[in-house]
Amino acid sequence: MASGDGGLLSASHIVEYPYRRSTGPVMGRFFAALRDRRFEGVKTARGRVLVPPTEYDPQTGEAADEMVPVGPGGVVTTWAWVSHPRAKHPLNHPFAWALIQLDGADTAMLHAVDTGVESAMQTGMRVTPRWRAQTVGSINDVACFEPEGTS
Amino acid sequence: MSEAESELVQSITTPLRLEYQYTAGVASTRFLRGMADGKILGQRCPQCEKVYVPPRGSCARCGVATDLEVQVPGTGTITTFCVVRIPSDSLDIDPPFVAAHILLDGADIPFFALIQECHFDEVRMGMRVEAVWVDAEDLGPTFESIRYFRPIDEPDAPFESYKEHL
Repeated sequence: MASGDGGLLSASHIVEYPYRRSTGPVMGRFFAALRDRRFEGVKTARGRVLVPPTEYDPQTGEAADEMVPVGPGGVVTTWAWVSHPRAKHPLNHPFAWALIQLDGADTAMLHAVDTGVESAMQTGMRVTPRWRAQTVGSINDVACFEPEGTS
Repeated sequence: MSEAESELVQSITTPLRLEYQYTAGVASTRFLRGMADGKILGQRCPQCEKVYVPPRGSCARCGVATDLEVQVPGTGTITTFCVVRIPSDSLDIDPPFVAAHILLDGADIPFFALIQECHFDEVRMGMRVEAVWVDAEDLGPTFESIRYFRPIDEPDAPFESYKEHL
């Protein structure tokens, strides 16, 4: 607590929850694939491919466990530009949060897209992942996506 | 499927961190400055005359401002308590230990504090306790100016004296 004499006391107050979450058999495969620099989705009984995968078809509640490869490229279906990235954001310069529908997937997944400038972002643009040098089995193994043909 | 592929990721860490700037407000600021002086300050409701420690600036029952400041002593009564047996990274105290609701003499609201200097098995409702403060040079505008409460050599308070504060 700190303030001048007589003023109201004020102090930083930090709450931290160090959660560890069990991934289960389906997300466990998804993260294991990321560690190998691949994307996998789950195919439901109705033939839809969900990425990120879920253990159940959200429309029917039926179990889904058939993993299929998707990506690595995909299409931006919608996006929002972040002019002032915050401390925990994946990039420390302006970038886009985007929903990316990987090739072969029927759903889109949230990730960052690095185009440098907002004017280079476009719905429908093709993007590819930029992998980190070290992968651990986390969504952050993908540093971000970038326009196809960038590197 | 290769061996690497077949090895599932079992868990991921998803830490959550919330950074707040907490401003104490007028009543809590008075209380915390009192802590730095080694005093426990409360406020009395002008209508129901209940004494709030720590004060919140208003009476939750009457909905009026509590601008009458009162000092209460560091002695009080354990109204209820629990024995904590689960360790926590954020506490530098080894379980089992006792966290108790303490009704300070002259106060009408109990608050949580640590009980030390007695075996956890000896703690009981109605037990009389006193505040143990940090050394004078370590006093500050924080509840941590009181290190803990310890038993005092007095007969237990009768249940009637604190039953409305449970």
